[in-house]
Amino acid sequence: MRGWMGKFRSLFLFGALAMILSGCGVDNLSALKPKGYGAELLLDLMMISIAIMIFVFVIVMAIYAFVLVRYREKKGQEDVIPKQTEGNKSLEVIWTVIPIILLLVLAVPTVQATFDLADQSTQGDEGVLTVEVTGNQYWWHFNYEGEELATSQDLYIPTNERVYLNMKSSDVIHSFWVPTLAGKMDTNPGENMNTMYLEAYEEGVYWGHCAELCGPSHSLMDFRVIAVSPEEFDQWKEDMRNVDPEAQPETTSAQEGQELFNNNCMSCHAIGGASMGVGPNLTNYANREKIAGVFEPTKENLVDWIVHPDEMKPGNQMPANLVTEEEADKIADYLLELDHSEVGKDLPTQAPDEE
Amino acid sequence: MSHDDVLNPKSMPHDPEKATLEGKNKFLGFWFFLGGETVLFASLFGTYLALNGSTQGENTPENLFGLELVFIMTMLLLTSSLTSVYAMYHMKNNDFRKMQTWLGITVLLGVCFLGFEIYEFYHYIHEYGFTFRSSAFGSAFYTLVGFHGGHVLFGLSWIVALMIRNQKRGLNLYNAPKFYIASLYWHFIDVVWVFIFTVVYLMGKVG
Amino acid sequence: MSTAVAQKRGLGAAIWDYLTTVDHKKIAHLYLVSGGLFFLIGGLEAMIIRIQLMKPDNDFISAGLYNEMITMHGTTMIFLAAMPLIFALMNAVVPLQIGARDVAFPFLNSLGFWLFLFGGIMLNVSWFTGGAPDAGWTNYAPLSTTSPGHGVDYYVMGLQISGAGTLIGGINFLVTIVNMRAPGMTYMRMPLFTWSTFVTSTLILFAFPALTVGLFLMMFDRMFGSAFFDVALGGNVIIWEHLFWIFGHPEVYILILPLFGAFSDIFSNFSKKRLFGYSAMVFATVLIGFLGFMVWAHHMFTVGMGPIANSIFAVATMAIAVPTGIKIFNWLFTMWGGQIRMTAAMLWSIAFIPSFTIGGMTGVMLAAAAADFQYHDTYFVVGHFHYVIVGGVVFGLFAALHYWWPKMFGKVLNEKLGKWAFWPFFIGFHLTFFIQHFLGLMGMPRRYWVFLEGQGLETGNLISTIGAFFMAIGTVIFLINVVYTSVKGEKAAADPWGVGRTLEWAIPSPPPHYNFVQTPLVRGLDPLWVEKMDGKEGMTPAEPLGDIHMPNASILPFMMSLGLFIAGFGFIYQVDNSAWLIAVFVGMGITLGSMLTRSLKDDLGHHIHKEELEADIKKGVAK
Repeated sequence: MRGWMGKFRSLFLFGALAMILSGCGVDNLSALKPKGYGAELLLDLMMISIAIMIFVFVIVMAIYAFVLVRYREKKGQEDVIPKQTEGNKSLEVIWTVIPIILLLVLAVPTVQATFDLADQSTQGDEGVLTVEVTGNQYWWHFNYEGEELATSQDLYIPTNERVYLNMKSSDVIHSFWVPTLAGKMDTNPGENMNTMYLEAYEEGVYWGHCAELCGPSHSLMDFRVIAVSPEEFDQWKEDMRNVDPEAQPETTSAQEGQELFNNNCMSCHAIGGASMGVGPNLTNYANREKIAGVFEPTKENLVDWIVHPDEMKPGNQMPANLVTEEEADKIADYLLELDHSEVGKDLPTQAPDEE
Repeated sequence: MSHDDVLNPKSMPHDPEKATLEGKNKFLGFWFFLGGETVLFASLFGTYLALNGSTQGENTPENLFGLELVFIMTMLLLTSSLTSVYAMYHMKNNDFRKMQTWLGITVLLGVCFLGFEIYEFYHYIHEYGFTFRSSAFGSAFYTLVGFHGGHVLFGLSWIVALMIRNQKRGLNLYNAPKFYIASLYWHFIDVVWVFIFTVVYLMGKVG
Repeated sequence: MSTAVAQKRGLGAAIWDYLTTVDHKKIAHLYLVSGGLFFLIGGLEAMIIRIQLMKPDNDFISAGLYNEMITMHGTTMIFLAAMPLIFALMNAVVPLQIGARDVAFPFLNSLGFWLFLFGGIMLNVSWFTGGAPDAGWTNYAPLSTTSPGHGVDYYVMGLQISGAGTLIGGINFLVTIVNMRAPGMTYMRMPLFTWSTFVTSTLILFAFPALTVGLFLMMFDRMFGSAFFDVALGGNVIIWEHLFWIFGHPEVYILILPLFGAFSDIFSNFSKKRLFGYSAMVFATVLIGFLGFMVWAHHMFTVGMGPIANSIFAVATMAIAVPTGIKIFNWLFTMWGGQIRMTAAMLWSIAFIPSFTIGGMTGVMLAAAAADFQYHDTYFVVGHFHYVIVGGVVFGLFAALHYWWPKMFGKVLNEKLGKWAFWPFFIGFHLTFFIQHFLGLMGMPRRYWVFLEGQGLETGNLISTIGAFFMAIGTVIFLINVVYTSVKGEKAAADPWGVGRTLEWAIPSPPPHYNFVQTPLVRGLDPLWVEKMDGKEGMTPAEPLGDIHMPNASILPFMMSLGLFIAGFGFIYQVDNSAWLIAVFVGMGITLGSMLTRSLKDDLGHHIHKEELEADIKKGVAK
């Protein structure tokens, strides 16, 4: 499938189009700069459709321009009565048949791509990773099937491998979208589980959005997909499995923070293990790209977030003012020490500012 | 008023319901309305079929439904459709008394049907604790059958109102279309019930 | 009683006249004024949205309020602005185009309007009672079923009431067109606007009941504890999506088809040519209507219906491009060889062709199911449907209003101001929405309260906001034109454009309330043009001058709608306090009582006598 579409791209029109469009948007977020199998397939499909559409548009506009220039009523012609043509059978046939052919040209790769992306043939095979994705207001939970490990907000995957996602929601409908890697898929509550797959070609940190209106903080439900080499991924899994939730932090402040955390936060949040609580699993918190998916990972932001989550992400479930500012400070110290893995640290964290 | 001559001609035309433009409009408009009603019930049936497995426990269609009662109800409603046909037959013959009588019988059968339906619901709620809120199946069941029941109630009130209103003055070209479309409505209700009987009760018991 | 008489009797009498009127031309005025008001409210909401998205991380309005804005903008524009404005045109024009004195159900026509208006008011009352609906105009469950407060309840009750009005309006036009055509007005001689009204009404008839059911289920879940969308009790949230789109997709054709009809009439008129390929145009209209019902699930490609269903709906959706293309080409060839007169109405119509073609093309792109995984719920979609709805429906409304304004109000809208309104709106429209396609592809989902800094989305959003201001300027100039014309405009002749082809141009502007003194005899497509070409002044009558039977005015439609309005509040607030059930009973009592009154009290209408008609002809108000 990708083979013959790849050939298409070498055609001039396609090349030019792709050039123009790839100037759009930032790396690791724009659907026009694919870095994975699904996104690339879909960009090819878009190019075919855009090419067909531009072809049609040019013809329509040519006739349009001609008609408007040629047949304007001129001064002194107000009483001229043009010939009252009824119509033209052959013209009607032409502009019925040609669009049908053009649409068939588009329909074939559409159906192919639709089935291609729905393929689940290798799911469950030896060594094929499946991640359970759960959408929550307003965070994401990623549970690695059969691995006894889970993360929230940052999804680690190996490059150049198909990773299946089994997707559902714990509350309202969300939609999982990483534009540079693949198209989106809804996460539904109840029995309607969906499956899709990701395959990243390059190592990198890819930006993900929730794409289905899910409440006031819908626009703040970002996440990351972090693709690392398969070796590094194995290392990461190893690191994650070895997390000791009870490990004593280094500084006294962090130790007090741990105490506070255990007393105030543990009913919703877990560290280590694969369980999904009411709130995100906070294993490897210090490795997170962002706080709560959207804020820069500074201690100041984290303290703010712990004390006033309602102001930073309106409508979210975390109670405000559960602890005082000083207590939050200590908890933040503790959380920022949860540096469980070195994997992925060498990746450029965010592309946006470079453009 | 000149209308009286127009509306009360010496001899009634064969199709009194379509003799005036107003009548024709009512007749056609009501058929269109029934087309919309069909979509309404189709949507309700679709919802029911999507949810009839979501019983959340013991109260499944199989355990709840008893076909005997529903069969009697079906017979009542089918018969009432027939009696309303008789009523329309007498309308076309301009025999107002007989029309009223047959409409009366139709109403009586409809009331019996409604009584049984209320009994059925009461039975489910009190014997089984099966309510509108107990499961998605419960919601879908009571909504579908309840919508039909609501239509029956509305149809009965409509026919009774027409019967009382025209008791003294008899039939004319102004009220003939009204009687006619009320009977159309009644037939529609009957057809919907046949589907409910099949899809909800028979398939629930057998399927 | 004619308008002139009502005006002489003062304001109170005029208001009473409009409250009770069953005259389709006055109902058109009512639809126009209220639809126009809601259009301005919806526009204001749009401006607030664009200001919020002017720069990254903006906090012009809060997240919760933003969701209320987008929900109310969509709901208002579709249900409370576009639909009634279309109904205004249908009411004003269709009976005239088929040579009828009134619609089939004047009483129901009035009822349809009042239901719509009370539904619309109800929806907007929510702003003042603790928050508007905030789950998007699509109102997906369970976000909607779990939304706190009463916002979504207002959505449910408001749309239920106004939806009933729309359904009634649809049935009315179907029967009017089937039963009330003048002698000789065969189906294949009907103007395209009448044809598209006919097809649209069919769509309304079969699409709205699905929404009705969806809203009932939502109402039961929110107000009476049922479990349709409650997964904990076995409910299924996808049912709402299906019901909503089974209604929702035909709805977009309900919006666009009447304007396709209007464009056809306008192109033909101002090119002084018969519509090119008339039968192909009729066929295409019917086909679009039919296919419109087969494609609803293309709004749900990412829901997880599986590749088979996705492919079927993708191909079916693409098929709609064919009849739409037929229409575009036939319009172009209608102008081909004609004498194009660039009036304001024509300007809007000319601008429609490229705008709508772009919207149609992005529509085909969206139909490609797999590619939709990237487009879905992004600004690409927002760009697409605004190209179709603004570039098609709104341009069409402006074109049609300029075109038929003299027939509706007896004065020609100022042409110069008309063109001044056009340019900023047209330029603003493309500025606002073209860039949004790219924003979507660059990774901006729709319904985002804020976009973050450094995602490359700043410039695009700023351009979009600037464009929105241009559109606002255009709208304001149009409003100025309306005021200017009503004060200074010249009185319009029966055929103010001088090139009228269809029956509405054969009678005075505005027409007397019985429209035609004598029912005209139709001798071909474009009946007035046929007579003109035979050197005649006007239509040949199909009947001798005689008494005309007209329906009586009635306050009952207003009362019925008012009753439902009251009951609606009762339903919403009985959840908090069962004392509100009183409002339900009072409201339903008023409605059912009015219905009973209507059923029991004979309403035989009245006659306009031959002598009055002769007097009207002498005065020149009838012809």
